[in-house]
Amino acid sequence: MLWRRVYEVGSGGWVQKDDAWINDIRTYNMSVACNHCEEPVCVDVCPTKAMTKDKNGIVTIDEKRCIGCKYCEWVCPYGAPQFNESTGLMTKCDFCTDYVSEGKNPSCVDACPMRVLEFGELKEMKKKHGVESEVFPFPKEHYTKPAIIIKKHSKVIEVDDTSASIFNEEEV
Amino acid sequence: MTDQTIQLKIRSLRACIRGRAYLRRQYHPDRLTHPLIRTGKRGEGKFRKATWDEALDKVASEIQRIKEKYGNQAMYVPYGTGGYNQLNGRQTAYRLLNLVGGSLGFYNSYSWAAISKATPYVYGTNITGNQRQDWVNSKYIIMWSWNPSEMRDGTNSEYFIKKAKENGAKIICIDPRMSMSAVSLADEWIPIRPGTDVALMSAMAYVMITENLYDADFVNKYCVGFDSSQMPAGAEDAESYKDYILGVRDGIPKTPEWAQKITAIPKETIIRIAREYATTKPAMLYQGYGMQRRAYGETAVIGGCILQALTGNVGIPGGWAGGIALQADNGGPKWNVFPTGANPVKASIPSFLWSEAVLRGSEMTEEDGVKGVEKLDSNIKMIYAVASNCLINQHANVNRSAKILEDESLVEFFVIHEQFMTPTAKFADVVLPVCTQFEMWGLEDGWKYGEEVILMPKVLDRLPETKSDYEICSEVAERLGVKEEYTEGRTEKEWIEWAIEYYRSTWFPDIPNLKKFERSNKGVYSVPVTKPKIAFEDFRKDPVKHKLKTPSGKIEIFSKTLYDMNNPEYIPPIPKYIEEWESPFGKEADKFPLQVVGHHYMSRVHSTHDNNDWTNEAFPQRVFINEIDAKQRGIKSGDNVKIYNERGTIIMPCRVTKKILPGVIDIPQGAWWTPDENGIDRRGNVNVLSSEKWTPLAFGNAQHTIMAEVEQAEDE
Repeated sequence: MLWRRVYEVGSGGWVQKDDAWINDIRTYNMSVACNHCEEPVCVDVCPTKAMTKDKNGIVTIDEKRCIGCKYCEWVCPYGAPQFNESTGLMTKCDFCTDYVSEGKNPSCVDACPMRVLEFGELKEMKKKHGVESEVFPFPKEHYTKPAIIIKKHSKVIEVDDTSASIFNEEEV
Repeated sequence: MTDQTIQLKIRSLRACIRGRAYLRRQYHPDRLTHPLIRTGKRGEGKFRKATWDEALDKVASEIQRIKEKYGNQAMYVPYGTGGYNQLNGRQTAYRLLNLVGGSLGFYNSYSWAAISKATPYVYGTNITGNQRQDWVNSKYIIMWSWNPSEMRDGTNSEYFIKKAKENGAKIICIDPRMSMSAVSLADEWIPIRPGTDVALMSAMAYVMITENLYDADFVNKYCVGFDSSQMPAGAEDAESYKDYILGVRDGIPKTPEWAQKITAIPKETIIRIAREYATTKPAMLYQGYGMQRRAYGETAVIGGCILQALTGNVGIPGGWAGGIALQADNGGPKWNVFPTGANPVKASIPSFLWSEAVLRGSEMTEEDGVKGVEKLDSNIKMIYAVASNCLINQHANVNRSAKILEDESLVEFFVIHEQFMTPTAKFADVVLPVCTQFEMWGLEDGWKYGEEVILMPKVLDRLPETKSDYEICSEVAERLGVKEEYTEGRTEKEWIEWAIEYYRSTWFPDIPNLKKFERSNKGVYSVPVTKPKIAFEDFRKDPVKHKLKTPSGKIEIFSKTLYDMNNPEYIPPIPKYIEEWESPFGKEADKFPLQVVGHHYMSRVHSTHDNNDWTNEAFPQRVFINEIDAKQRGIKSGDNVKIYNERGTIIMPCRVTKKILPGVIDIPQGAWWTPDENGIDRRGNVNVLSSEKWTPLAFGNAQHTIMAEVEQAEDE
């Protein structure tokens, strides 16, 4: 079970022209974990109030309250909450809340060899990078207001491009 | 430049996913925990537990027996890269055998045989790389067959390329696969038919020459062999590079149209990148090593070097010389300093030809790449392998290698030090269980760029009954009466102190001693780079005073040395496109129409970590096939497919993808060979399909030159 997964997404295809192969493939990777949404639908649907958004904005599961009903998994458009077979409870990225409370970065940020993940207060991050969060394969931003900003890849595909797909389904 | 360099100072190197998943290897339930002695037939995998005394007595007595019966040259420590921390790794066995008369040596490697051989024909050295802190100064970067995002070509090298991109470099990636590097770093991916690199290079040169975009001043001043006015003495009438490109003698101008037929790259694209590359300064053409593990890999190496010369990018910041690119100015990390001692046996063979030396060693001469002697005295009769899965899994043509090792009359004794029962270990007579690097002291100075020394303290107790490679060898040494000479009285930790002192006395004068290193609680000693070193900077400034170590003292576009080998068809003195011995243009394509590549997968380092469930979850072993080829064969993602040629058959799950050129399939290299009762590999080891044929100049492996066919597997 992986709390953060990398989606290989893209569109396009191949045609042969004379002796050459020509492609119009657009692809990029999307590293996706819980987006700790401003309007988290997982919190809304949780029947036991196990899922909460804390004062730092981090969405976490109280395992003592969770009954493993999977409602959160069904509604989350990002696949963040996952069912843990061995405990019978839901589990998800908690933004390394223990690290964050000590002023450290979440582990994924410090682990990324390409250093493409950055962590900070949403307001500050928006000031620094802009407000964009709508990129295929994400849904439109207005559904849950994800607390994420995406610096767009040069080959970015719009959310409503129906020709696009996820290439590595079995890995995510 | 200095400001940018300072920005590039990385406070820590970051581990890749293999490193992050090491926990699962450390605590793997399949770790070997007892010495094993073979009971079944070779390769059957049947063993019994033995005591250390029994196993080591056997090893020592077999060394004595083979030495007496066949001589030291019959003993061989094969290539293998599973252990590299001074006291684990094959160097421990060299030291052991060198103390009892030596063993047959080898040279070159499975990584870079062709490129390490070919680069010096152009530049007179393998130290052709700038320090990577300089990449940020480049404005145009061609990642040619180079994939630093997935494989490790220096820890975090991909990040240095990212910094160059942020600094305004345009990056293109030439690769049959749309690799992670192509996706995450490149502005443009140019898919190329495997094995046709020299055709593309030649057409790029054609554009530069006919449009007068090449750096004529640079070529005149620093090179030989470009045109008929520059031919070396004794080869005045030979075909120059320009003659070849323009087709003066063979009647075939190497036009973009010509190259399009061969490479599958549209001619418009070839023209455009040739112009961009020739007119954007400074530019670097970085040659990955995949392109040279091929039939005529040497020519692709030389071709890339020459493009860098034609564009005048040699010896300047932001430029690059091409070739193997060991780091200026001392070659960079040395990896192992543990002293092996001198080998009394002078003979050595190319690493890839070990199986030839098993079958017909005593017939092998210079013709087969033998060095140090005119001819070998003996076949290989004993193999002493340490951390090597290179005899079965990583060598070409697995089914052939298995037959050779199964025959007990050929290799009479085979001992291996291992942590797991690998496909190679299954063929051993004695398997000795080794501790991990976390269970011992070690030291490393990085790979392949870098200015770091990494201390690897012992952080865990050894699993009972496991020993380090060093410890095992010292106990064999005791049985052979050379323990004192082997250990020099040092403990393992004292050897690490010794290694630190060695580094201090050579290229890290300010490295702290072990005590201070430990106390600083930093795993890494790092020397900051304030001004990146540039390969051939002196030569660029003054080519008369600072001649290259080539025969002419200049960059050799035409090599008189290669010319004198008198084998122009396969070892041309200028880089020519040669159709590979298995290719989509040959007759073999009727039966086996698909080219196969085996890229370095994120889940493994060669075959290491193939048994790691975490890395396998992230990157499962699949054959990747283009959607067009899949559709023609009625194959869907997730189907089990049969992949075969005359050398063997694999059945494994496939993934249909857009991210590979049609006509090419990719089986990530390193998966552990797992034959079923019919000899069909069920895991997906690409070497079931690869050929043992070697490259003409370097005697190197050509394991990516493969044709095969794919179909739906019938039985599942």
